[in-house]
Amino acid sequence: MSEHVNLTHLQRLEAEAIHIMREVVAEAEKPVMLYSVGKDSAVMLHLARKAFYPSPPPFPLLHVDTTWKFQAMYELRNEMAERSGMELLVYQNPEAKERGINPFDHGALHTDMWKTEGLKQALDLYGFDAAFGGARRDEEKSRAKERVFSFRTASHGWDPKNQRPELWNLYNARKKKGESIRVFPISNWTELDVWQYIHLEDIPIVPLYFSEKRPTVERDGMLLMVDDERFPLAEGEEPVMRSIRFRTLGCYPLTGAVESEAATLPEVIQETLLTTTSERQGRAIDKDEGGAGMEKKKQEGYF
Amino acid sequence: MADTATNDPVYKTDALIAEDIDTYLSTHQHKTMLRFITCGSVDDGKSTLIGRLLYDSKMIFEDQLAALENDSKRVGTQGQEIDFALLVDGLAAEREQGITIDVAYRFFNTEKRKFIVADCPGHEQYTRNMITGASTADLAVILVDARKGVLVQTRRHSYLCNLIGIKNIVLAVNKMDLVDYSEEVFDKIVADYSEFAKSIGIESFTAMPISGFKGDNITKAPSANTPWYKGPSLVDHLETVEVRSAEDQDKPFRMPVQWVNRPNLDFRGFSGLIATGGVKPGDAVRVLPSGKTSTVKSVVTFDGELDEAVAGQSVTLTLDDEIDCSRGNVLSVADNPPEVSDQFEASIVWLADEDLIVGRNYWLKLGTQTVSAAVQEPKYKVDVNTMEHLAAKTLSLNEIGVAELFTDKSIVFEAYQQNRALGGFILIDKITNQTVAAGMLNFSLRRAQNVHWQPTDITRADHAAMKNQKPRVLWFTGLSGSGKSTIANEVEKRLALMNRHTFLLDGDNVRHGLNKDLGFTEADRIENIRRVGEVAKLMTDAGLIVLTAFISPFRAERQMVRDMLAEDEFIEIFVDTPLEVAEERDVKGLYKKARSGQLKNFTGIDSPYEAPESPEIRVNTVEMTPEEAAEHIVRAILPLK
Ligand SMILES: Nc1nc2c(ncn2[C@@H]2O[C@H](COP(=O)(O)OP(=O)(O)OP(=O)(O)O)[C@@H](O)[C@H]2O)c(=O)[nH]1
Ligand SMILES: [Mg+2]
Repeated sequence: MSEHVNLTHLQRLEAEAIHIMREVVAEAEKPVMLYSVGKDSAVMLHLARKAFYPSPPPFPLLHVDTTWKFQAMYELRNEMAERSGMELLVYQNPEAKERGINPFDHGALHTDMWKTEGLKQALDLYGFDAAFGGARRDEEKSRAKERVFSFRTASHGWDPKNQRPELWNLYNARKKKGESIRVFPISNWTELDVWQYIHLEDIPIVPLYFSEKRPTVERDGMLLMVDDERFPLAEGEEPVMRSIRFRTLGCYPLTGAVESEAATLPEVIQETLLTTTSERQGRAIDKDEGGAGMEKKKQEGYF
Repeated sequence: MADTATNDPVYKTDALIAEDIDTYLSTHQHKTMLRFITCGSVDDGKSTLIGRLLYDSKMIFEDQLAALENDSKRVGTQGQEIDFALLVDGLAAEREQGITIDVAYRFFNTEKRKFIVADCPGHEQYTRNMITGASTADLAVILVDARKGVLVQTRRHSYLCNLIGIKNIVLAVNKMDLVDYSEEVFDKIVADYSEFAKSIGIESFTAMPISGFKGDNITKAPSANTPWYKGPSLVDHLETVEVRSAEDQDKPFRMPVQWVNRPNLDFRGFSGLIATGGVKPGDAVRVLPSGKTSTVKSVVTFDGELDEAVAGQSVTLTLDDEIDCSRGNVLSVADNPPEVSDQFEASIVWLADEDLIVGRNYWLKLGTQTVSAAVQEPKYKVDVNTMEHLAAKTLSLNEIGVAELFTDKSIVFEAYQQNRALGGFILIDKITNQTVAAGMLNFSLRRAQNVHWQPTDITRADHAAMKNQKPRVLWFTGLSGSGKSTIANEVEKRLALMNRHTFLLDGDNVRHGLNKDLGFTEADRIENIRRVGEVAKLMTDAGLIVLTAFISPFRAERQMVRDMLAEDEFIEIFVDTPLEVAEERDVKGLYKKARSGQLKNFTGIDSPYEAPESPEIRVNTVEMTPEEAAEHIVRAILPLK
């Protein structure tokens, strides 16, 4: 061949992610894709459909639900599961449910019980030995250090000082019974890559990523959206209508919104590129434990 | 920090983003990607340089910058000034010690390219992490501290970069601010490095004087401090060097099959990432190792069928015929297929704390093929300081050597130099599941494809049917003096009374004949068991029930024999006797000798016994007599056919 085809960076990243997903399906006994309905999950689901086309992706979607997601997320979740022809498993930690754990009264315990514990319970319950996640290395400094195949002990712990070497695109998926692997096919994507890919591939995402006038209150310098009657208003607090959108979607009171006029994808991307704060800035989780919040959470089994 | 303002970066085209986002996006969409690493000796400033690149490319957000300023004062190494390394050293242990332990992957864009940079640790202890970063890189920036010059780690990393096939090398002489930006210092280091580079086969490299900390020659060159420097800035160079992917497209078509896509009876596709070359509908292809040929019917993707696909793309191919093809096979252009072999010479980098065990079977993963492989005694290992070839009996952590390697099945391969995807492999320990080595196949020792099995008319099944029994291996394992031979003998007597055809292979009788050339080192013990396993296997082919009585202390070797045989033909019998009891029996007086040091490598004393985790049968010789144990075993293996 004399004419070279110049693959763009997005084409290379897409091919890499597809390759990773197929390796897992070929080598793991019981894989699952974690699906949180955010933009990264949307890209992951899209890539999975591409990887196995014309077959539907040969694994279920697992939503570790906290019961505290925005309503719009639940709607899109159900719609996308149906469209992809994949089984959707929804897991809610029964203990958290019984104790009424919620983000307003319980702070860090909320993430711990619903997400970290809930995830571990769900993986154990179904016996999944490989779980796909949409985490990216550009999100946070300890993520930047994580392998694509991130090995977890039987108690789901991550040992950052003792990661397996990972050469070329050869992934070692071997493990003992009870141990598992978290797999991150879009490790090498940046926030901009994800947005641009969503734009180019026309991938459906939750409307909350686009600006609209929504009821909000301001607390500790964070803009919180009043999604429904579950939001307890403080004395004298009045929701104010503001043009807002979300850069990242967690549990709704824990994720802050930004004031914005970006109502289309190019505008969202434009804003992302011109912004001066990081994507996870609106998330409470990274701020605990003197800068080692995420690393510590992952050692305890968080995604 | 005085220079930061003058180095105001050109990377991020803020104006275009603000004015015409659509144009910006379409430009960005068509950018190519360069993956590079920073490596070199401890504290030469690798992490600082990357922190600088991120900072100058405005990839650092305000909240992160505030955190950085804070951290710099708290745990930084530069007093009150910003310690850029903290942007990259993301693990708590790294920040506490001010060193890099594992690779960090970071990202930035310029107008021309998207970059993925892997910051590698300098400490020798973490070489396995450095290799991880290097294996996917198109380019390496090797840093040298201007005050220290070329050090052992500079050499080791250069050697590894070259071994792993990184063609583009940048020698960044860093911390020029600490040597008054001296041209002589720079020239001297470049001359030293040139000599070394030539000796290991690095044909060319680009040298530049920089200060990661102050920002000299990072985005603009020459900086005011180095008017004598005539080359490009680091970023200019990164933006313009040629990337490898084009080269891969010029090679013959190869695609390791990852997964067979079979949604319904009417569709059968072969999914994979094209390693080299390109493919079109109508192309004649060959399936390796079988050698069968077919024609490509279609190149299937979610976005529709393609007229052509090239190296670097993940696709699904359908073929015109229903030929046999599955995961581990390689699809190649029909008239120029890769080789198939089971014996190789390989370069190996050892990555585990435990030494290589010569002769032991490890999993070898190459492309989508996984087979058992045994590494032979190394031909030599390399002293990375002098490049001398040293004699070696094994390879230890971070050692690099050349050895022969035998696989249990033929694999499809190409020399690593020609094709990374079909020449690069990892070795995995079968018990711990750790990745213990990275390797590169150099060449095949013979062409296995020419070796044909001698076809026999009397089959294995015929042999077994004539003897009216199901062939099996009863593998007795346990400490010396546990009672293996006695019990095996009792079992054989009982089987003979039942008119079964048996044969007992015993530690002592085999060692006097077949294995008399072997001693008791770890490697010899492994070879001993391998031979016994092969003989037992031949005997099962002849229809016999084989009994073996060997200490066989290592789990991995018992597993190796298990893997040689059909699924239910290997019956592991653990003769479970506590060490104290066996030692007290001491029938042959061996324990006494071992305790007094006259006998080395004695199992249970100064060599380990790895008890079976889930043997088919366990007999406790403290509670049972040998006769009772034999009864128990015979009952457990009924029926005999
Ligand atoms: N003056 C000066 N100091 C520098 C320069 N580059 C790095 N340093 C300092 O050198 C020390 C080591 O820098 P690091 O970036 O952590 O070195 P490293 O090569 O990443 O170290 P390891 O990853 O642990 O091998 C820190 O105190 C840096 O601030 C430079 O160009 N000039
Ligand atoms: Mg470092």
